Amino acid sequence: MKKNQTLENAIAAIPSGAVVMVGGFGNPGTPFSLINELVRQGQTGLTIIKNDANEPGHGLSRLIENGQVRKLITTHIGLNKGVIELMNQGDLEVAFHPQGMLAEKIRTAGAGSFGFLTDIGIDSQITRPEDLLEWQGQTYKVEMALPAAYALIHAAHADWIGNLVYQGSAINFSPLMAMAANHVIVETPDLGAPGRFKPEHVHTPGAFVDSIVPLESLTSEYGVLEHHVLR
Amino acid sequence: MSSAERILSRAVNEITPGSIVNLGIGLPTQVIRYLPDDFDVQIHSENGILGAWKQSPPEAMDPFLIDAAGAYVSLREGASLFDSAVSFALIRRARLDLTMIGAFEVDEQGNLANWKIPGKFSPGIGGAMELAQKTPRIVVLTTHTDKHGRPKILKSCRLPLTAKACVSRIVSDLAVMDVTPQGLVVREKLVDISDADLQARTEAELMFAA
Repeated sequence: MKKNQTLENAIAAIPSGAVVMVGGFGNPGTPFSLINELVRQGQTGLTIIKNDANEPGHGLSRLIENGQVRKLITTHIGLNKGVIELMNQGDLEVAFHPQGMLAEKIRTAGAGSFGFLTDIGIDSQITRPEDLLEWQGQTYKVEMALPAAYALIHAAHADWIGNLVYQGSAINFSPLMAMAANHVIVETPDLGAPGRFKPEHVHTPGAFVDSIVPLESLTSEYGVLEHHVLR
Repeated sequence: MSSAERILSRAVNEITPGSIVNLGIGLPTQVIRYLPDDFDVQIHSENGILGAWKQSPPEAMDPFLIDAAGAYVSLREGASLFDSAVSFALIRRARLDLTMIGAFEVDEQGNLANWKIPGKFSPGIGGAMELAQKTPRIVVLTTHTDKHGRPKILKSCRLPLTAKACVSRIVSDLAVMDVTPQGLVVREKLVDISDADLQARTEAELMFAA
């Protein structure tokens, strides 16, 4: 079955107030086209789960700057002073997790489990007494799985039935989020017929994907950010 | 030499041949530029790279390949790319040998604070908590004092901790100090400074090797 969708229809599936996972670590893997369409359509009160907030004026930062995000579940926003400012003013609720804990909470949801036990941050400010569990003489922190209704994913290559291949450091959270969300929307600049990938080279199996938006080309947003070029 | 250059050119000597090393956001990611081209090391970047290497010239730069600080990197022969769950499995299973990391504050017990200045600048935890808690050796790269001249090397951290008793060594722009059970021991000075002057810029009590 072909899962091809128009950009407009794919994003129109997301209602205001939804919990939405967004792939990407910095620019690589950020689905700029899907996010820009969400900005255009204007859904509000969103809870967004993403590693970072991108940089001012780019990607997720646009959605936040436009006042569409109620809560951000993330790991690090150090490259976005504007979003830190919104958080400090109380205009944006931000929940920080250790990066690998966020990944594992998403992976756990994607694996159909409900939580896991860890010692990360167990004696730090991020752990509340009610998060601790005594089990067979050891103390653990309980981390609950983190699912979402929707995921927005950028894939370098895809086929019509949803098999995905990622590129470079753009893998990051994408395969985990594709497993953990109920409705997975993918954008790709390279969509083709099934059979184009060696089966063992597929990163995300097509069964996890609900709709695929083909991109005619990658806009300059996907290109090199000049201030990250070293002189 | 600027204070950053002094820290970086000393920090590069902390990397032993054959090791796997994570470089944190800020000064540490810049250490890669100071490594000889043929140096035997695998640089881990927590966004999913083992074998990250120096930035390519603009015509060969891959916009889909960055380090954890957002700077473009290249890959060495034998590099691998993976998702964030695998990347942090590698960290939590202590497969790294060394992490170099920045600090807001570090203290004489080896406690590290680098994720939250309440109400001011809270960049977030990122990979720091897992790196600090699970890497066998943590070297902090930091200016000795902050931009207002206040000590960053303290008796006891005041900011929320990233991890307790995790730091082995501090490389500042003035000195190299080891965290020992007796306290901070100065191993080297990187500038011409008296013991008394160095102590005056440090809140923690320093011990000087004879």
